[in-house]
Amino acid sequence: MTRYLVGKLAESLLAIWGVVTIVFFVSRVLGDPAVLLLPVGAGQQDLDALRASLGLDRPILEQYLISVLAMVRGDFGISFQHQRPAMDVVLERMPVTATLAGTALVFGTLIGAVAGAIAALKRGTISEFIVMVAALLGQATPVFWLGIMLILVFSVDLGWFPTGGSGTVAHLVLPGLTLSVFVSASIARLLRSSLLDIMREDYVRTARAKGLLPRTVFFWHIARNALIPVITMIGIIAGELLGGSVVIETVFAWPGVGRIIMQAIQAQDFPVIQAGVALVAAIFIVVNLLVDLLYGVLDPRIRRR
Amino acid sequence: MKAFFLALLKSRAGLFGFLLVSVFVLAAALAPYLGLPVPTRSNLLARMVAPTWTGLFSPGAHPFGTDELGRDILSRIVHGSRITLAIAAAAVILGGIVGTLLGIVAGYYRGMVDRVLMRIVDIQLALPLMLLALLVVAALGPSTRNLVIVLALTSWLRYARIIRGQVLALREREFILSAHAIGAGTWRIMLKHLLPNVMTPALVIATLELARIIIMDAALSFLGLGVQPPNPSWGRMLADGRVYISTAWWIVTFPGIAILLTVLSVNLLGDWLRDHFDPKLRTMR
Repeated sequence: MTRYLVGKLAESLLAIWGVVTIVFFVSRVLGDPAVLLLPVGAGQQDLDALRASLGLDRPILEQYLISVLAMVRGDFGISFQHQRPAMDVVLERMPVTATLAGTALVFGTLIGAVAGAIAALKRGTISEFIVMVAALLGQATPVFWLGIMLILVFSVDLGWFPTGGSGTVAHLVLPGLTLSVFVSASIARLLRSSLLDIMREDYVRTARAKGLLPRTVFFWHIARNALIPVITMIGIIAGELLGGSVVIETVFAWPGVGRIIMQAIQAQDFPVIQAGVALVAAIFIVVNLLVDLLYGVLDPRIRRR
Repeated sequence: MKAFFLALLKSRAGLFGFLLVSVFVLAAALAPYLGLPVPTRSNLLARMVAPTWTGLFSPGAHPFGTDELGRDILSRIVHGSRITLAIAAAAVILGGIVGTLLGIVAGYYRGMVDRVLMRIVDIQLALPLMLLALLVVAALGPSTRNLVIVLALTSWLRYARIIRGQVLALREREFILSAHAIGAGTWRIMLKHLLPNVMTPALVIATLELARIIIMDAALSFLGLGVQPPNPSWGRMLADGRVYISTAWWIVTFPGIAILLTVLSVNLLGDWLRDHFDPKLRTMR
C-alpha cells in the first residue's frame, strides 16, 4: 500500500509539472502583457523598461526555468493586473467556488444516488421510466442554458432569488440547483447501470441462495461494489467543479476561481493564469488520490496490492 | 445492415434518437431550400417580435419570434445547426482518428511509447477541459478552424485510453500472432488487423463524444470564443439573448431547446449503439 501511494504521488507531481509546463508555453503565445499594461501611446522605452522589470525580456527557456523553480517554492509571481501575489488572488476566490461546488456535490450526489438506486431496484416500473427520462433530459441540457431558464422563471418572473452575485444563501440556490441537476443526472444513470451489472454477478446469487437478508445482500454485496465506478465519477466531477465552472460562474456572476482565470486569460495576466491552473490541477489530482484510497476501503482486493 | 435496422426498430429509445438525429441532419442539409427568412438579415421594424403561431405559412410569420435585431429565430436556429453540426462532426472525426491511432500504437508497442502516451493523457486529465479549451482558443484566436482543433483536443484521449485497453487484449489473440508468424509488418498489423477490430468501440465513443462536443461548442460560443458573428450559432444566440431576458424570453429559450433536443437524440442513439455493440463500455468512461 505504501509503495502504491508513493508511486501515485510521484505520478501526481509529474502531472502537475506537465500541466504547469503546458500552461507556461501556451500562455506565452497569448500576447505581450506589457502592451496591455501601459496606456495607449507609451513609448518603446517604457515598453522595454516594463518588460525588463517583469522579466519578459529574457530568453523563454530561462523564464521557464525561473518560474518553475519559483513555483516549487510556492512563489507564482506578482499579478500584472492586481499587483499582488498571483496565488493570493486565486486563493481568495477559492471559498466562493468551494461553497458552490460543495452544495452541488452534496445535493447532486444524494438525489442522483437515490434516483439511481430506485431505477435499478424497481426495474421495469413507471418509477424507473421517470427517473431515466429525467436523467436523460438532465444530461442533455446545457448547464448554462438551464441556469438562464432558472433565472427567467425564479428571478425575473417570480422574483424569489437574485439573478446573480454571491454572499447569501439566496444567491446560492439557483447556481447550486443548476449544477446539482447536472451532477445528479450523471450519477443516477451510472449508479443504475452499475447496480444492474452487479446484481447479475454469481456471488450475489450465492449470497441470496445462502439465505442472507435482502437488505444485507443489497448493502454488503451489491451496493459496495456498484459504488466503485460511481465514486470515480464523483471524484472527476468534484475535481471539475472545484476548478470553477466557468460558464456557470459567468451566467450567475459568481465571483469564483473559474471567472478569475477566465479574466486573467483575457487580460494576459500570466502569473494568475499559471497560479490558477496549477491550483486547479493540484486539486483535481488530490481529489483523485483520495478516490484511489477509497477504492481500498471498498474493495479489499485493491487494499492488498 | 438489415439486422442492424431490425434491432434498432425494436428499441424505442434508439429509434427515437435515430429519427430525431436524421430530422436534424436533414434540416441542416436542406436549410437554404426550406423557404426560411435570411438568418442574418435584420429588420429593425420587427425587433423582438413574440412567437406567433397563427398564419404559420404566411411570409411574415415568426413561429419562434425575432431577436433584438429583428432576425427570425427559427431561421437562425436551423442555419445555426449547419455550422454547429459541421464543427462538431469535424471535431469528432479529427479527435477520433488521432485518438484511435494513438490508442492502437500505445496498446501495440506497449513499453516506453505506451508509458509516455498514458502520462500525457494523465496530464491532460488533470486540466479541466473547459480551462484547456479557453487557454487554447485564447492563444490561437477564435475561428471556426481553431474551434475544431480545440474540441478535438478535448476528445482524443477518450478514444486513446479505451482503444489502448482493447488492443492490449487483441494483440495476444491468434489472428494477430499468426499475422506475425507469416511476416506481416507492424503497420500492416496495426492498420489491417487491429484497426478493423476497434472500429466498433471507436464508433460508439464517437457518438457519445458528439453529444458532449455539441454542448462544449455551445458553451465556448456562449463565452464569445466560438463561431464569430454574424454567423448564427446556438451558444452565441443564448449569450446575446441573455441581455433581453426580462423582455423577450423566446430569444434564449428556443436555441437552448434546440441544443437540448440535438444532444438528447445523439445520446439516445449513442447509448443504444453502445448497448447493442459493446455493453462493457458502459462503466469505462
